Amino acid sequence: MQTLQQPWPWYVAGILIGLTVPALLLLGNKQFGISSTLRHMCAAILTSKKPYFNYNWKKEIWSLFFVGGIVVGGLISTTILADPNPIHIAPQTQADLAALGVQNFDNLMPNDIFSFNNLFTLKGFVFIVFGGFLVGFGTRYAGGCTSGHSITGLSNFQLPSLIATICFMAGGFLMTWLVLPLLLTL
Amino acid sequence: MKNYTDTFDARVATETEGVNAAAQAEGFVGNLKYSVIGTFFGIVFVKAEIISWFRIQEMFRLQAFHMYGVIGTAVVVAAISVWLIKRFKLKTADGEEVQFAEKPMHKGVIIGGLLFGCGWALTGACPGPLYAQIGAGFPVVIVTLLSAIAGTWVYGYFQDKLPH
Repeated sequence: MQTLQQPWPWYVAGILIGLTVPALLLLGNKQFGISSTLRHMCAAILTSKKPYFNYNWKKEIWSLFFVGGIVVGGLISTTILADPNPIHIAPQTQADLAALGVQNFDNLMPNDIFSFNNLFTLKGFVFIVFGGFLVGFGTRYAGGCTSGHSITGLSNFQLPSLIATICFMAGGFLMTWLVLPLLLTL
Repeated sequence: MKNYTDTFDARVATETEGVNAAAQAEGFVGNLKYSVIGTFFGIVFVKAEIISWFRIQEMFRLQAFHMYGVIGTAVVVAAISVWLIKRFKLKTADGEEVQFAEKPMHKGVIIGGLLFGCGWALTGACPGPLYAQIGAGFPVVIVTLLSAIAGTWVYGYFQDKLPH
């Protein structure tokens, strides 16, 4: 039990995440991919005549069951399997972020950015609301996210997925190195 | 190989992610097995700290191997699995032929990819970890998720006007 409570090493996580692809394929012919659930929720909740939302989303309801499970998994891992220690990140990352004003390193997320108290500040709005918008808009425009492109697509040797993955990383580098220093000091 | 354009309107056939290619429909109980896999998956996400904003910062600052190790191992394991399924023509639990989706190339792969990368660095999350963060006790991420759904809606609304 104690082993399970400690942070898991990268190779254990990598193997288990990789096995999700064949597990979903062999259980029910499902392509592993998560950002599509955002589309299914749009199609289910908001009625629209736009062709992007006019399809049989009920056929894809399995993926909503899947992400519902992810929420439950998150809950289990921070309750029954909770690690009492603060997270260990690279000392250089901690020093760099501290220099940009991040103070709280106790949790998986920096409490000084991601809290309801910050939601209506400019900084909170940019990280929480604008960031979320880019995740939804960008993944759907690109036709997939880290799971659909970088794991499923790459494992099936899809060239568009390799290009997408390079662009995901490029966008992240640009944001982290050029824009984030300005945003963190808002 | 099955042509995915029959599943969706031909104009939105660019969509291949998360596709259900099974011929047989599954009921509520049948779908629960995906919740079970999702639960394990969510536990892995949190316990390996993939959902951590700090881990994503380490990755984009090239200061730790952790995230590269996770994604690299996952791709290798998935690729070997896909190869085995194709090589031995493994069938699904219902005896169907396993379908693989082709990812179409268009300008959105690049533009959308760059925009998502920016969002990934801001929120510290791709769509999967968003769900896990909510379960892991960061309720404010519900707002991030709603915003991501709004982003998806805006994409769908303006899809025909965007370069593809």
